[in-house]
Amino acid sequence: MSWQRSATSRLVDKGFIWLTGVFAIGVAVVLAAIALQVGQQAFPAMQQFGLGFIIGTRWDPVQNIYGAWPQIYGTIVTSVLALLLAVPIGVGVALFLSEDFLPPRIQRPIVFLVELLAAIPSVVYGLWGIFVLIPILTPVGNWIHQTLGFIPIFSTAPSGPGIYVAGFILAIMILPIIAAISRDALVAVPPELRQGAYGLGATRWETIFQVILPTAISGIVGGIMLALGRAMGETMAVTMVIGNSNRVTGSIFDSGSTVSALLANQFAEAGGLQISALMYAALLLFGLTLIVNILAELLVRSVRLKV
Amino acid sequence: MSAFICAALALIPLFAVLIYVFIQGAARLGPDLFTQLPPPPLVKGGGFGNAFMGTLLMVGIAALISIPFGVLAAIFLAEFARDTKLSDAVDFCTNVLSGVPSIVIGVFAYSIVVLTTGTFSAVAGGVALAVLMLPTIVKTATEALESVPTEFRQASVGLGATRFQTVAGVVLPAALSAIVTGVMLAVARAAGETAPLIFTALFNQYWPRGIWEPTASLAVLVFNFAIVPYKNQQQLAWAAALVLVLMVLIASILARWVTRKR
Repeated sequence: MSWQRSATSRLVDKGFIWLTGVFAIGVAVVLAAIALQVGQQAFPAMQQFGLGFIIGTRWDPVQNIYGAWPQIYGTIVTSVLALLLAVPIGVGVALFLSEDFLPPRIQRPIVFLVELLAAIPSVVYGLWGIFVLIPILTPVGNWIHQTLGFIPIFSTAPSGPGIYVAGFILAIMILPIIAAISRDALVAVPPELRQGAYGLGATRWETIFQVILPTAISGIVGGIMLALGRAMGETMAVTMVIGNSNRVTGSIFDSGSTVSALLANQFAEAGGLQISALMYAALLLFGLTLIVNILAELLVRSVRLKV
Repeated sequence: MSAFICAALALIPLFAVLIYVFIQGAARLGPDLFTQLPPPPLVKGGGFGNAFMGTLLMVGIAALISIPFGVLAAIFLAEFARDTKLSDAVDFCTNVLSGVPSIVIGVFAYSIVVLTTGTFSAVAGGVALAVLMLPTIVKTATEALESVPTEFRQASVGLGATRFQTVAGVVLPAALSAIVTGVMLAVARAAGETAPLIFTALFNQYWPRGIWEPTASLAVLVFNFAIVPYKNQQQLAWAAALVLVLMVLIASILARWVTRKR
């Protein structure tokens, strides 16, 4: 019968579907390959140092003793600092861009600009951080140190690069993610809720704080976690402004390091067990960001499904 | 009012970065930048021709790997497995992959290319950038294909086309402009990636001689020259930063323009 396709064209069809399927699954395979490959390379260091690697504070390529606590500490502190600065502003921007404060003609370019903020290469932020941000922040930091120096986190005088500069730059870099995802979550709040609140006599701010924000909270938290994942893995800007010193001090004005900065600084010149130790550090970073990202993805998804 | 202040606070750093990069970078902008090699310390003039070429080379290698990979995967997700558990799972992996720190992807590329071949190379850098670009391409291409109206497919199948003919002859051309936009954005972002190149492509003071040699890139040049005390090299870093920002800016504006036209 003529409407039946020839064997070749059916074969081409089947082959094509298979081929595309293989590449689709390939995306998952790449993710698995990263974990396996880095894990395998890290194995010698894992055997040698075990979990002591996480709490060890010595990083000594000459003696081949490696511990990454100063870097892990720096990663956590800079990320938390960045979130403290960026979350209120990011959620504020999202509210501003979702609650019809502005006519769309002005709103759309602002959304575009915030997106652009996310697209500027990290190394450019680093360059700007060195030549612009550090000179601006140093006197501010000095003033804080002089007036509030009795508080441990302000206990040293800033000397240019430092943990707080890294936190500041990270805050700028993760702000667009928080703003964009929070905005999605806010826009997804059903209009009936809003109308209901207004109908009961709530003011605009009462509606926002007691109805809209609580409804959108899981999406917003998801966005914040995605931003946290980004902040933990961010490398160039941080490496350029944090000072790269291998120690743990309580003061945010001191110089420090992060896991990603350690990798950026040492990988190219490393050899032997040091490579393996760096791979171990990369694996820890990968694991941490993976957990944060998967939780974030699940939270953001739960919002999308409700819509 | 407070929301307005938040928006202003968010946009100040953007303008501060953009304006500063434009002012500092424009001072050195000129044809020499693209035809000359970086100068040694304390020598005047020079450019970053080798780094520009290196960036193009590595982004090209990355595009060659990740565009076919990403578009084929997207075809499966949008055409053959839409709304299935499998596409859901792959979608999830794509999102997770896009959250993997770029430095970790650099470590991955180092261990599969540099350790195997025994040399830092443009290929190693290209592989790292390809992995970084992949999620963006898969996501934008899937969205582009999904937004092609179902009637197109029905009409094509009604005329007797096979599924392969439908996808290759009707759906892909219809989605092409949106796919190209996504690819452009991915390419512009990859060009600015630095972390994974520091220890895969390394750097090179001379013109690229082959894809298996250490290779310079604009992004690594910015990093190297930002931390030296020499004025001329710092200016080159700013000019390179300007070129990278312009790439992103132009790609974003073109993307905006294409999506608005549709």
